[in-house]
Amino acid sequence: MPTYKLNVDGVVRDVVAEKDEPLLYVLTDALKLKGPRYGCGVGQCGTCTVMVSGQPMRSCVLRASLVGNKPIRTLDGLEKNGQLHPVQVAFVDEQAAQCGYCANGWVMHAVALLEKYPKATDAQIQQNLANVQCRCGTQIAILRAVKKARDNMTITKA
Amino acid sequence: MNILLLNRRNFLQTQVALVVGASGAVIVTDAAAQAAAPALLGPPPTALDTWIRIAADGSVVANFGKMDCGQGLDLAIAQIVAEELDVALDKVNVTMGDTRLSPNQGGGSASTGLRTGAIPLRNAAAEARRVLVEAAAMKLGVEAVCLSVENGRVFLMSDSAKSITYAELIGGKDFSTTLEWNKEIGNSMNVKGIAKPKDPSQYKIVGKGFKRKDIALKVSGKVHYTAHIRPDNLLHARSVRPPVAGAQPLSVDDASIAHIKGAKSFLKDGFVAVVAETEWNAVRASRSLKVKWSDVPGPFTGGEENVYEYIRQATPTASNAIPMFGGKKAWDDKPTLAALASSAKVLEADYECPFQSHARIGPSCGVVDVRGDKVEIWADTQKPHFLRMGIAKFLGLPPENVQVKWMHGAGSYGRSDADEAPYEAALLSQAFARPVRMQWSREEGTAWDPKAPAAIITMKAGLDANNQVNGWLFKAKGFNGWDVRFTGESPEHVLVGMLTGHKKWNAYNFNVPEESYKFNNHVHWWETVPPYLQEASPMRTAHLRAPQEMQTRFGQECFIDEVAHAAGLHPVDFRLKHLQDPREIEVVKVAAERMGWPNCAKGTATDDVYTGWGLALNAGYGSFAAVACEVEVNKQTGRIWVKKVSIAHDCGMIVNPIGLRATLEGQIMQGISRALHEEVHFDEKCVKSVDWTTYRIANLNDVPSEVDIVLINRPDKPIGGAGEPAIVCFPAAIANAVFNATGIRIRRYPLVAERVKKALA
Repeated sequence: MPTYKLNVDGVVRDVVAEKDEPLLYVLTDALKLKGPRYGCGVGQCGTCTVMVSGQPMRSCVLRASLVGNKPIRTLDGLEKNGQLHPVQVAFVDEQAAQCGYCANGWVMHAVALLEKYPKATDAQIQQNLANVQCRCGTQIAILRAVKKARDNMTITKA
Repeated sequence: MNILLLNRRNFLQTQVALVVGASGAVIVTDAAAQAAAPALLGPPPTALDTWIRIAADGSVVANFGKMDCGQGLDLAIAQIVAEELDVALDKVNVTMGDTRLSPNQGGGSASTGLRTGAIPLRNAAAEARRVLVEAAAMKLGVEAVCLSVENGRVFLMSDSAKSITYAELIGGKDFSTTLEWNKEIGNSMNVKGIAKPKDPSQYKIVGKGFKRKDIALKVSGKVHYTAHIRPDNLLHARSVRPPVAGAQPLSVDDASIAHIKGAKSFLKDGFVAVVAETEWNAVRASRSLKVKWSDVPGPFTGGEENVYEYIRQATPTASNAIPMFGGKKAWDDKPTLAALASSAKVLEADYECPFQSHARIGPSCGVVDVRGDKVEIWADTQKPHFLRMGIAKFLGLPPENVQVKWMHGAGSYGRSDADEAPYEAALLSQAFARPVRMQWSREEGTAWDPKAPAAIITMKAGLDANNQVNGWLFKAKGFNGWDVRFTGESPEHVLVGMLTGHKKWNAYNFNVPEESYKFNNHVHWWETVPPYLQEASPMRTAHLRAPQEMQTRFGQECFIDEVAHAAGLHPVDFRLKHLQDPREIEVVKVAAERMGWPNCAKGTATDDVYTGWGLALNAGYGSFAAVACEVEVNKQTGRIWVKKVSIAHDCGMIVNPIGLRATLEGQIMQGISRALHEEVHFDEKCVKSVDWTTYRIANLNDVPSEVDIVLINRPDKPIGGAGEPAIVCFPAAIANAVFNATGIRIRRYPLVAERVKKALA
């Protein structure tokens, strides 16, 4: 199997992966990350989302071999110096998780959106996150949390 | 308490319990409790130490025999235990679902987490406080009645400097106190000591809102879900399903996966799987493996277009007047039919309810390590003790050799696919003599999980010359709610069991509504119809959140509105006229008032949308919920948007209003999802709902602009269930609102846009 260097949460990691192997399996199986999770394998639910060069990407349909040296950010790396990211803080404040399995997708999409567009409108938030799925029905609290994060955040690009 | 985060390797190699409680995730070694664990079905309920332990630092471990399905149940349990023990809430850690530690309280089931599940914890905590105060009295040389407790410190009321802490009294040691056990296993398990729990008027912690601590861990990737468990020497596994349901594998071609390093196939009777050293190679092998399947006719006669005709034509397999949990009960429809024959006006309607999938956001996952005759299982099952029994039987091992450890998992909401992968992993781990992690695919999680049964609810009512109801008939006819059992306690209740020769059981169940309304000559009963495919069917049926209640209440609560209109009354007034229980009357009134009743206008229309509101009521689980929905119906597309939701909710004594509100918000969205979007698609051969485009659920565009939840607290009443009563109301409340808005009655859910558009045309 070929080896690759991946820049994950600011650390360059050597990984061995099949050429067609989606990034998700490299992150969860080889690197043992707990943020991105398998949900659908076809890019529909968002549970596996990571940021690649600041863009939210569905890691279940993105080949690790194509990422190159672009920086990958994951839920596991959002916390800085023991401080949760403001989006995570807002999710905690609004208690915006039930089983929490899908939380990765919501948080990563919200971080990507708000770091790029700190003043995203309610409509932009809704539009940007409409293709993330939550089975427990936590959308009401999630929407509140993302709006609260926007209102609270002074975003500095990571 | 120190937060001790061990790395995964240590976590797996040491015998530890993951404690997720009010103070967050901590890992506590509890060798004593494990050594003391008895052979069968968890620790003895008669031992106080089974339920409550005081650690050396004075923190409290409460061993709870149910698990949190995402509603923060463990926090409410911690509140109850802290209240009775007089310790700070953040000193209580609740363990859940470990067969070595947890008494068998039946697991997650029927919204019993608090209404029955909290009772033995409350009694045990009260008894623990009594024992500790007695011990303090001995130490301090005073009478126990002179003592009080605050924050785990027992002190003399007349001289608070004289005191001793729980930690000093018993920290790290056993109570060795016996409790009286009611000899029940499961939901109704209860224990009692000598102590009497507090009167609710004394409560300081119960009834107050607290936020969950686990959410910070869940949104930062610190929670161990089953999917994260990866013991050393792990094999990854995927199963392979037939293209036509019921087809049997005749042979597998190992050459087809020879190019995938380390991949191996597995075939036993009807079960096909692959294993590999990496997860991706297991996925690749499952896609590459060539299997020769037997040629069988498609079992789903006529496909989904024919489902309601199939139900109408089917000869019932069983029938009863009430759910089978209450035993056999006869009914007689003759007086009702005679009354209808003499009515001035007779109304009849059939309501159609779809198959729905649990479609967990993370499909089934199980990690199993079979080492000789000992088995370790990590699973997000709702019922670990029953899974333990079932897998022991499946592997031919005594249950005392098998341990199940519940992990956080994707929300399950009933008899989902959660027990399936652990069984499959167990079989493969035994065969390959290595730990195995079986991960189901999205397709399996949607197409192959047990389904909520499709049904037709037939309603008839007669009105006399004065528009008074003189006859009322309710009949539910649908697929079996017990096609597989509500626990995984035996292999025939999961796919791999049926595929390897465990013959399916024959038991039947459905549901009827509570008799909330008083009508003369009323009759209720249910009938079940045969499954399309007897064994190992992707369309086998079982319970999905609120078992067969959404179906039966859809018929009942829509028909209430229809009869009200025929009788010339507002549906709310009609309900109030016939309701008997003051708690039902109150929730209906409160929810209706939030929509402007009694001064409510009729439905309105603009060029683009119709607007209207409707209401539905449900009683069950010792609780009462009325849901009112204001909807907009798009004239062009038929799309429904639930613009405003009002819930009036009475679940007796409220333990944690923040948690309760969150639970109800969850039911709003899952209720809208099931009412507007969810239906399993299938043709004659197989299930066509395999992902989130072919099995749609609600998304952010379905969020109402206004959510209004009224919690009616009744500290004088027992705690009722809160996980299910409200969700049941949504299809009926929305269909009633659509009628109010458009004058068109849609008697089938989900009310998908196309169906509504067609109805409007």
